[in-house]
Amino acid sequence: MAKRIEIKDLDIYYGKFHAVRGVNLTIEPRAVTAFIGSSGCGKSTVLRSINRMHEVIEGAYVDGQVLLDGVDLYGKDVDPVRVRRQVGMVFQRPNPFPTMSIRENVLAGVRLNNARMPRSEQDELVEKSLRGANLWNEVKDRLDRPGSGLSGGQQQRLCIARAIAISPDVILMDEPCSALDPISTLAIEDLIKELKDQYTVVIVTHNMQQAARVSDTTAFFNLKKQGEPGELIEVGPTEKIFHNPDQQATEDYITGRFG
Amino acid sequence: MTNTESTPRHAAGGSKRPADSITGGQLPKHSWLLILALGWGIAAGILSVTDVFSIGGTAVLGMVLFFVLHYVASFAVEGRRRAADRLSRSVVTTFFLVALLPLGSLVWEVVSRGVARLDVAFFTETEAKTHIAGAQLGAAHALMGTLQSTAIAFLISVPIGLFTAIYLVEYGARTKLAAGIRFLVDVMTGIPSIVAGLFAYSLFSMIFGPGSAYTRTAFAGAIALTVLMIPTVVRSTEEMLKLVPNELREASYALGVPKWRTIVKVVLPTSLAGIVTGVILGIARIIGETAPLLVTAGYFQLTNPNPFSGTTATLPVMVYQSLRTIGPTAEQLHALGWAGALTLIIIVMGLNLIGRLIAWKFAPKTGR
Amino acid sequence: MSTQTPPAEQVGTESDDSHSLVRSKARYGDALFSGISSGSALMIFVILAAVATFLTSQALPAMTSEPDHTGLSEVSALGGFWQWALPLAFGTVWSAVLAMLMAVPLAVGIALYLSHYAPRRVARIFGYLIDLLAAVPSVVFGLWGLMVLAPTLHPFYKWLNETMSWFPLFNAWQAREDGELRPVLAVGGQNMLTAAMVLALMITPIITALSREVFLQTPLLHEEASLALGATRWEMVKQAVLPFSRPGIISACMLGLGRALGETMAVAMILPGKVLVTFKLLTYNNPNTIAAYIAQNFPESEGFGKMQLIAAGLILFIITLVVNMIARGIIASRREFSGAN
Repeated sequence: MAKRIEIKDLDIYYGKFHAVRGVNLTIEPRAVTAFIGSSGCGKSTVLRSINRMHEVIEGAYVDGQVLLDGVDLYGKDVDPVRVRRQVGMVFQRPNPFPTMSIRENVLAGVRLNNARMPRSEQDELVEKSLRGANLWNEVKDRLDRPGSGLSGGQQQRLCIARAIAISPDVILMDEPCSALDPISTLAIEDLIKELKDQYTVVIVTHNMQQAARVSDTTAFFNLKKQGEPGELIEVGPTEKIFHNPDQQATEDYITGRFG
Repeated sequence: MTNTESTPRHAAGGSKRPADSITGGQLPKHSWLLILALGWGIAAGILSVTDVFSIGGTAVLGMVLFFVLHYVASFAVEGRRRAADRLSRSVVTTFFLVALLPLGSLVWEVVSRGVARLDVAFFTETEAKTHIAGAQLGAAHALMGTLQSTAIAFLISVPIGLFTAIYLVEYGARTKLAAGIRFLVDVMTGIPSIVAGLFAYSLFSMIFGPGSAYTRTAFAGAIALTVLMIPTVVRSTEEMLKLVPNELREASYALGVPKWRTIVKVVLPTSLAGIVTGVILGIARIIGETAPLLVTAGYFQLTNPNPFSGTTATLPVMVYQSLRTIGPTAEQLHALGWAGALTLIIIVMGLNLIGRLIAWKFAPKTGR
Repeated sequence: MSTQTPPAEQVGTESDDSHSLVRSKARYGDALFSGISSGSALMIFVILAAVATFLTSQALPAMTSEPDHTGLSEVSALGGFWQWALPLAFGTVWSAVLAMLMAVPLAVGIALYLSHYAPRRVARIFGYLIDLLAAVPSVVFGLWGLMVLAPTLHPFYKWLNETMSWFPLFNAWQAREDGELRPVLAVGGQNMLTAAMVLALMITPIITALSREVFLQTPLLHEEASLALGATRWEMVKQAVLPFSRPGIISACMLGLGRALGETMAVAMILPGKVLVTFKLLTYNNPNTIAAYIAQNFPESEGFGKMQLIAAGLILFIITLVVNMIARGIIASRREFSGAN
């Protein structure tokens, strides 16, 4: 069920602005891949192009291929809505639906698509997803309370539960811990390590220790020059990137000599 | 005049202090009350002596004297800057009270003159028996007409307004077309209500002919009201939709939910309370409109159940018409008019209250 | 492939092949919904075009009519359309200007009180009260103005005419044939000044609400910078609040002016207006406004007379349109200036 992602010659634009140039990258299934790099280097943009969220912004488009187990996400007749059902996403700030309870938030993907599901199956799915997000024990007694009443870390795990409830093949995480305190961050990191048993996980992070802790593969993005499009500089096993990178730019960034 | 300054305050006399002290000379805390009383006293004295005493004149002259005396006193003790500050405070507060005065008078007069006829007959009778001396008159016909025209206007303008706002926020966003539509909504907001009435009349008289029974109807009135209500609904709904965080839309898209379902199931429920409040305030605005209905729906002394044919009485027009009558029934009709005005105020203020309660009670709980 | 995860098959309306990326059929929901939305937006355009077209087509014949074709008995003696439309336009502008002279200082003062002087809780409650004033139907204002305010002010007008008649606007004396001066005060205080006062009262809450918004948007940083320099509250208002808010207040006033120009019932009920041009405020000879004239004459007029009134309405529409455009222009230029969106 976890799928391999191949990115081929990907160029990403916001209107006339060329944001990312020539990315070639293979993301392995059942592993965690981390995107690191300075702000504005296009790592989040690449992430959003993997589930076609990029084009939600007006004037944004891509050129190139993103293959999900060999099927091009940008091919003819591909429905972006269907892509997103298979490639889930967790955002920088926790964003549970404020009008919905915890239970409804988990079921949101199913309900919003108007799929019918017997009550017992719903209960099963809610428990399974919340357990999968390590949240079940904390909220099982208050499933009908509003999701916005939870703490930041709990909200983010609720969002992860919401994402895995629609059984995606891939989970994208866009700086999922940047709005959280250290203890909540730890809980999410533990969860990420568990998620890779079933899913292809891609995480964007500013925190290099986090990348080192949770990822198997690390991809480093950078701008050659201010005003130039962002590029993929180097990709490899996390161990190698952090201790013995091939590129000088990568080493500079890892060791904090960047800029 | 109300003391909310945060500067330290000491009851101080006129003794001179060093210039760099932070405890400069200050007027005693409630000295302004004394000065106010003094101002009014002097005013009453002056007017009595010159033999043109009146309560209104005393109040006005007294206020002016208060401004002057307070400024002079503060100038002497506290200096020019503090004196100017005190003057600005007094003037601004007085302006505020001056605006409340007519509101109070208006509510008082309407209630006291209208409450007598706000009886059962008001809701059950019409003006059918106006020619019979001493017969009970009522406003049932006008209430019926107001209900008809407002309901039809509501049914037409809410969908159009709602979907236009959805277009402006969710689909058009920054396109040229959306900018154009926004501009036109602004233009519509500025249409004088009587012009809206003339438009509806022109429309129907060109379709059915000037003298036709189908030209001046409750429906024509509703069309005029629609022109007035749509911009209110669009503006308030647009504001509310803009308040919905983009993150919620993205969360929904990321779950593989199509755009239209995201709008219906995520965006609209999140902003529902605000939209409902906007619509209620929109109704409150049109339900008291008189001029467009005078031109379109006209007036009829009996209940007209058919909104598509024949003139119809409405509550605001009834109030206006009752005033214009002279002759033996004038007194009775005036009483009816005041009761109609009271009913209007109750409806409008009630709608405002409900709208604000909804907005307050269901204020977005984002929990952040 | 989804046998381990039954829920996946429930997801989506096109559930037969939920793991295919290609859409099995067009997404009608999206197309329909965006179609309805765009259609509604275009309706706005259609409605306004209809307003302009229908008014113009009814009004044009009346505007170019010969004097003797007028259907209105009162104005048939006055000549062609413009000969009575222009005095009415004068009355409209004059009443609105008078109302603005009273309402603007009052409204700005109240807004300042609510935003910078009143304690917060008081400000909220009183803000609601002012908003309620805005909600009172104009016919009720008219009723109150005619039956309560006008008679109350009548003694004051009498006094004003006696002591202040050196001021031309307050002069309501007329020489009789024998040369003796007689007062020609409006009956029961139903004069231009009363009408303008009620108009002022009606637009005050509109200007107040908008200027209060603008005042509250003054950057707190600017205010605190001013206070930290030792300014009194009034000096802070002069230094920080007023300069920042000036464009906003001007546009608020323009919107209020637009409202005053188009206000119908209050004037129609209070003022027994005529077709004439005078600046005098207290006499029984008062200029009428376009809106009030239409309301007073439309129900009784016939055929061509109605078309003439519609033509007058078109003039009113154009006047208010110009005023509103100027207001929007000021708002738009300010937005560019502040760089905020």
